[in-house]
Amino acid sequence: MKRAPLSEGADWDFELLERYDSAIAEAAAGFGLDTFPNQIEVITSEQMLDAYASSGLPLGYPHWSYGKEFIRNERAYRSGQQGLAYEIVINSNPCIAYLMEENTMAMQALVIAHASYGHNSFFKGNHLFRQWTAPDAIVDYLVFARHYVMECEERHGADAVEAVLDSCHALMSHGVDRYRHAAPLSLKAETARLAEREAHRERQFNDMWRTLPASERPREAQAETQFPPEPQENLLYFIEKLAPALEPWQRELVRIVRKLAQYFYPQGQTKVMNEGWATFWHYTLLNRLHEQGLVTDGFMMEVLKNHTNVVYQPAFDSGHYSGINPYALGFSMFTDLRRICERPDAEDRQWFPQIAGSDWKTTLDFAMRNFKDESFISQYLSPRLIREFRLFAIADHETETDLGVDCIHDDAGYRKVRKLLARQHSLEERVPDIQIQRYAREGDRSLTLHYRRLRGRPLSGAAVEVVKHVRRLWGFPVRLESMGPPEKRARPELMPRL
Amino acid sequence: MNRFIDRRLNGSGKSTVNRQRFLRRYKTQVRAEVKRMVGERKIEDMDRGGEVHLPKKDIAEPNFGFGHGGEREFVLPGNREYIAGDRIQRPGGAGGGSGSGAEGGAADSQDDFVFSLSREEFLDIFFDDLELPRLTRTQVGTTDQFKSVRAGYTTQGSPSNLSVKRTLGNALARRIALRGALKQQVATLEAVLAMAAIDGHDRESAQAAEELEQLRSRGSALPFLEELDVRYRNRVLRPQPVARAAMFCLMDVSASMDENKKDLAKRFFTLLYLFLSRKYRHVELIFIRHTDDAEEVDENTFFHDTKSGGTVVCSALELMEKIRAERYADNWNVYAAQASDGDAFGSDPAKSARFLRETLLPATRYYAYLELAEAESMRSSNLWVEYEFLAKDLDNFAMKRAANRENIYPVFRELFSRETQ
Repeated sequence: MKRAPLSEGADWDFELLERYDSAIAEAAAGFGLDTFPNQIEVITSEQMLDAYASSGLPLGYPHWSYGKEFIRNERAYRSGQQGLAYEIVINSNPCIAYLMEENTMAMQALVIAHASYGHNSFFKGNHLFRQWTAPDAIVDYLVFARHYVMECEERHGADAVEAVLDSCHALMSHGVDRYRHAAPLSLKAETARLAEREAHRERQFNDMWRTLPASERPREAQAETQFPPEPQENLLYFIEKLAPALEPWQRELVRIVRKLAQYFYPQGQTKVMNEGWATFWHYTLLNRLHEQGLVTDGFMMEVLKNHTNVVYQPAFDSGHYSGINPYALGFSMFTDLRRICERPDAEDRQWFPQIAGSDWKTTLDFAMRNFKDESFISQYLSPRLIREFRLFAIADHETETDLGVDCIHDDAGYRKVRKLLARQHSLEERVPDIQIQRYAREGDRSLTLHYRRLRGRPLSGAAVEVVKHVRRLWGFPVRLESMGPPEKRARPELMPRL
Repeated sequence: MNRFIDRRLNGSGKSTVNRQRFLRRYKTQVRAEVKRMVGERKIEDMDRGGEVHLPKKDIAEPNFGFGHGGEREFVLPGNREYIAGDRIQRPGGAGGGSGSGAEGGAADSQDDFVFSLSREEFLDIFFDDLELPRLTRTQVGTTDQFKSVRAGYTTQGSPSNLSVKRTLGNALARRIALRGALKQQVATLEAVLAMAAIDGHDRESAQAAEELEQLRSRGSALPFLEELDVRYRNRVLRPQPVARAAMFCLMDVSASMDENKKDLAKRFFTLLYLFLSRKYRHVELIFIRHTDDAEEVDENTFFHDTKSGGTVVCSALELMEKIRAERYADNWNVYAAQASDGDAFGSDPAKSARFLRETLLPATRYYAYLELAEAESMRSSNLWVEYEFLAKDLDNFAMKRAANRENIYPVFRELFSRETQ
């Protein structure tokens, strides 16, 4: 059914925005997108620069690093090296999206479809976001954090606060829980568990054990050498709870940074999926509007031009190459997934027997909800896409003089390329595995960190600086030991003790 | 369900505080950069912002990350020629070439972090910890300019200052308070009266009735407005710092003053002008040049016109005093800067020093003398010797010597450094 276009020309006003929004909402509902309510805010480019500096958060605590970010962006923008993103969207409930006033009507509609329906539904549906973020509370928490930091500055001086925040920021990537901890048991459950254990012990009682000679080493001391009993991955959490020399307000600052790090944790792991999903939906929704005749051809040309820019993937040897474009990869994967569902060929049937020919909306919804980049790629990257992107893998081994081409987009290489690309998007590849091994509670209170080397890769030079930051928070000596892979148990090479 | 909000009016500048944090943190580096810029710049350009370069490694925020080495594979798009098993030579040097450029964590780039200082920020750092001489005395004490400001309410004042709202409010409060108290008394008496009527105590009831009557008449006679309700708006006079300054530039343009010396003098005057214009809302410049005799000229003539002749310093001082008395006698902060090579002869130096001590300095906030020497090791000039006595005795007189461009700024800083040090 053809309807009259909502508007012509590039101009927009608030009434038009609302009409476009309701048209897009209608289309989105038709596809079954489940979203938070939207709050769409129109801002100027100056305000966009402000928002950039605080990682897109609507408000943050004052810190020099945000100033640095602001200055860098402002300069790049003013000198024309860098355009501004068309939108920023915040994972909150209601979902806040920013539109820039300079944009044309077509761009505003693109941004609304992309942010307020694409990203929004991803935030609401993806399991990582559901598990790790509290969209209802984030804005309130930011307000609290800002006030708390400013109050601390007033009481303890800006320098003291800055020192703690600097150190926390250095550890931000190691201040997240990667796995959900079991909820603490209620008193009732705990009592029941103890009673059951007791009963079990009674059933197993055998007086003969008493006659065994006692172990030579005193057990107490043995137990004491190992604290924490298991290595701890969340450095900031450990410091917050156990650092011997921190003041209560400093602990609260550590906690604030830790909470923010946890809030950003899903974002880093779903870049391809999140952007791909949003791009797929702005493309699909606006095309639907166009089919209905709600938007003009000119509108669609402008949208497509921008869309094409966004999903452009330069080849590795072109001057523009700067890594694999998550928009391009994500968009292609979702589009390809839809194609596999709707028009599967023999290859697809062989590679994806479960989803070839299934209902695309259900399949995409399932993919969006239950994966992160790593698993999404290893599950859904099709040979056809590997060919289209002409993906190939280079092996960089320190022991060899040359780089080797490990595998390319051919029958022998599809699985390997897919595996390697997935691994490239995994957390381990980006964040070194550093855990707290020992806290000498009874001794010099020193802290020992272990870096478990990933395939022999060393830490970068900045590690020394980071250890200094840990030392500052901890207040007692801190040691970083670099360990070989667990199975080899190589001798630890020692980093300077600080 | 969806909401649209226009935030454009909220204004930008949320990051201003963060920007200032950044500047504060790198204050030493930024200061050094500003100093460098000052050295390079022309004096006319002093009054604008500038670009600051900071080495990137100084402002890096460290994080645990992977370094070079070990084994890894990475996937790249856009293959054209390679097949599995090909060997590729490692790109020469770190980070360059195809392939590992993407996420190699390549060698730390030595690029500078560049950003612009606004004019205000530049001048702030430029004049950092410089204090206007004798500023305290200007603000309190000798000034006789006052501003009348509101200061609450009083019970006395002129009718034109009557605060009707306050007065009526007070009156209302008084009436309510008094009437309430009367009402209570009336109620008690009425009860007594009723009891007396029942018990038949005639005498008591008559007394109560009389009192009641009295109370009632008092109640109805409560004045609407009383003297003690009246309030007047109060204003007090607060001394106002004089926010304007007159700056006298005195320069010797005799033959011995060559272009180089004039250039030095100009730098010095410009600095002083910039400095004053930051402290005072309004600064007037008066240029006096002198050879044998003094004359008031405009800026261009002052710096660029040549005139030959001898040197009589006193003539310039006398002219300055004349102009000061005529135009800047009251409510002006008078500053003076004199630049000369100090070649004065005969009785002139002594006469000038006396004139300064007795006439000019008491009426001047600050007097700075800059001697433009040929070289640093020059012997003291006649004028310098005489002026040295002044500098010893008086704290609003300062003198320095400068020989080349680089000297000017340090000299200026010394002359105007905080008095507290």
